[in-house]
Amino acid sequence: MNTLLILPLITPLMVAAVSFLVWRRKAWQKWLSVGGACMSFVWACALFESVRDGEILTMQAGGWAAPFGISLVADTFAAVMVLLTATMGLAVTIYAVRSIDERRAAFGFYPILQILLMGVTGAFLTGDLFNLYVWFEVMLMSSFVLLALGGERAQIEGGIKYVTINLLSSAIFLAAIGFLYSVTGTLNMADLALKIGALPASLTAPLSVLFLVAFGVKAGLFPLFFWLPASYHTPPAVVSAVFAGLLTKVGVYALIRTFTLIFAFTDVDVDNLLLTLAGLTMVTGGLGALAQTDARRVLSFLIIAHIGVAVMGLGLNSTRALAGTIFYLIEDVIVLTNLFLIVGIMGRVCGTFELARMGGMYRTHPMLGALFLVPAWSLSGVPPFSGFFAKLALVQAGLEVEAYTVVALSLVVGILTLVAMMRLWAEAFWKPSPYVVDAAQDKMQTGKMLLVPVCALSLMSIGLGIGAEAVFGVALTAAGQIDNANGYIEAVLGVRR
Amino acid sequence: MSLILRTATRYLMPLLLLFSVFLLFRGHNKPGGGFIAGLVAAAAFSLFAIANDVRAARALVRVEPQTLLGAGLLLALMSGLLASFGGGDFLTGVWGDVHLPLVGELALGTPLFFDIGVYFVVIGVALMDVFTLAEETVAEETELLNADKKERRR
Amino acid sequence: MIVMLAFVIGGLYAAGLYMMLRRSITKLIIGLSLLSHASNLLIFTTGGLVRARPPIIADGATEIIKPFADPVPQALVLTAIVISFGVTAFALVLLHRTYLTIGTDDLDDLSKTDLAQPERNG
Repeated sequence: MNTLLILPLITPLMVAAVSFLVWRRKAWQKWLSVGGACMSFVWACALFESVRDGEILTMQAGGWAAPFGISLVADTFAAVMVLLTATMGLAVTIYAVRSIDERRAAFGFYPILQILLMGVTGAFLTGDLFNLYVWFEVMLMSSFVLLALGGERAQIEGGIKYVTINLLSSAIFLAAIGFLYSVTGTLNMADLALKIGALPASLTAPLSVLFLVAFGVKAGLFPLFFWLPASYHTPPAVVSAVFAGLLTKVGVYALIRTFTLIFAFTDVDVDNLLLTLAGLTMVTGGLGALAQTDARRVLSFLIIAHIGVAVMGLGLNSTRALAGTIFYLIEDVIVLTNLFLIVGIMGRVCGTFELARMGGMYRTHPMLGALFLVPAWSLSGVPPFSGFFAKLALVQAGLEVEAYTVVALSLVVGILTLVAMMRLWAEAFWKPSPYVVDAAQDKMQTGKMLLVPVCALSLMSIGLGIGAEAVFGVALTAAGQIDNANGYIEAVLGVRR
Repeated sequence: MSLILRTATRYLMPLLLLFSVFLLFRGHNKPGGGFIAGLVAAAAFSLFAIANDVRAARALVRVEPQTLLGAGLLLALMSGLLASFGGGDFLTGVWGDVHLPLVGELALGTPLFFDIGVYFVVIGVALMDVFTLAEETVAEETELLNADKKERRR
Repeated sequence: MIVMLAFVIGGLYAAGLYMMLRRSITKLIIGLSLLSHASNLLIFTTGGLVRARPPIIADGATEIIKPFADPVPQALVLTAIVISFGVTAFALVLLHRTYLTIGTDDLDDLSKTDLAQPERNG
């Protein structure tokens, strides 16, 4: 069964390697990537199926026993995230086939996208902090390339900001790893959980803050988020979609792992700090979204706002809150990827992402308008959709511990999101077009293939709403495992705490 | 493109390449290994590219850097997967004795193939970078030169 | 020795940050590599400095004699160096592209993506 853990990792790498071998044949790379994404999806489903009941799979790379080698661990949370990665990977690969121009394909867009997906999957599966750093770098390097590929002026401007701030955060992460190793002598997360309790708070508190800053930058938490809206809107919509859906969530995942598995066993209490940051992140993101006039930048700020909601669950620090966070992450990944893909189509139709210049799409593309509303309402937390149930769980958890301010803020941010989404919809669809457009020509530009992943993702968010109870059940299992780390530690090290 | 550098490269390159192979095989038990061996080999080709030009260096490497990269990745992956097929953990070393004529018994293992894979990946990546940067610079210089000529004609 | 290295690391961090705050993109990249050197040296130092004591069990012995050099930080540093090699290579390509596209090395000319620019897409 151990092989199941590496298959979702190996498949994209294999696809990338073969793509490099057939470097000149762009069509082969294209379909190879689609095939590889399908395979990864199948493996991820199998992995999820085998751990959904709360089992924890582990693999020790090279057969070296746990604290010495590199462990790969799949608990329910990790498997859910891997499944999401594979699903989004499949969706964006199909979308990319019709939307990525030949020039970008010639520079290796498809293999690099696969490597990015591998990096994300690896970050979810690893049980070792330094290995996490390596996956982060794999992810970042491929995302740098995807971001700058094409070499448009805006892309390069965004790229430099992205590279600089992310490298800074990597340097902080690396330094934190160095300190942690020097005081504990291990970097295996399960082993760290056992050993870190012996350290005084004067050592663990600064360490935890270093990790908070490093992961906070990646996640886009409040004072550290500014690189995100400066860069996410510059690349093609597919790239923004996969960044929006997955990259920031890896930061949140890393925060959850380190603070529930490692720093939970110290005297350090960052819950209030996390809640404050989460609240500020929500407000800044929500207000920022309202202030923007570019559709993609509106979405960039909404990413930040909803990172805040997800981190709030971590700060509330109870099983129900964690389950809410996990549910929220599932919903957020699907919805934000979907929104960026739809906005990409809208931009193709209108020829611009400026809200003032968009419009009249209700006449030419009524179906797209309906499709846009599904993720838009879901993100805002309108009742029958999945976002509502996720937020309900978080709000309940917040009320249990009487964290009224942050709960109120999370509700406000829902309204702000709704306003921002409805403004986007009204500007792009409802408002008469500022130009006389030839509707027939516009229909040509959309392309049916682009709608396939969009429809699939929309159906998925509706499905999440209908099957909310089952999904929440899985989230509860995952949260239970996170909350009681003994199972994780035992699965990795084979010893009881 | 000085004469001294070109002449020196002619003698240095074979030495560097031999040294890189030596480092590669030494790497299992002693300092060395696929990564630095690959860097040395890539340095040799880069030196050639500096002494002559990029096109000559590309012709010398014969295959594209991307192919080296892909082949190396596949080789490394396969050597890691071999253990998985046998039911072990990924990347576990699998060893076997091979009897070669004249050489005698030889212990061959997947770590060696992994290292060779790394070797090719490093050469591929480094050369891809060097060639791309060098070609861009050349293109830019010719562009400037052409602009200059046009200016003068006016 | 550790005290001296601590100053070196601090100096590297300071120099790296100072370089990053300059306006030139070239200096930004130099600053980033100084930062990663500082982090690497930090890991190396925190692993403990032991001279000429490789972590190898002598022939016939069953246990290693302390003190010995911890091999893990060295392996971590090696990996981190490889990664920073790749990142720096990419950053250089990006710098070159920037210079080709925008024709400047000045970061102040790159400040526009943050601002809404209605006229750009038209």
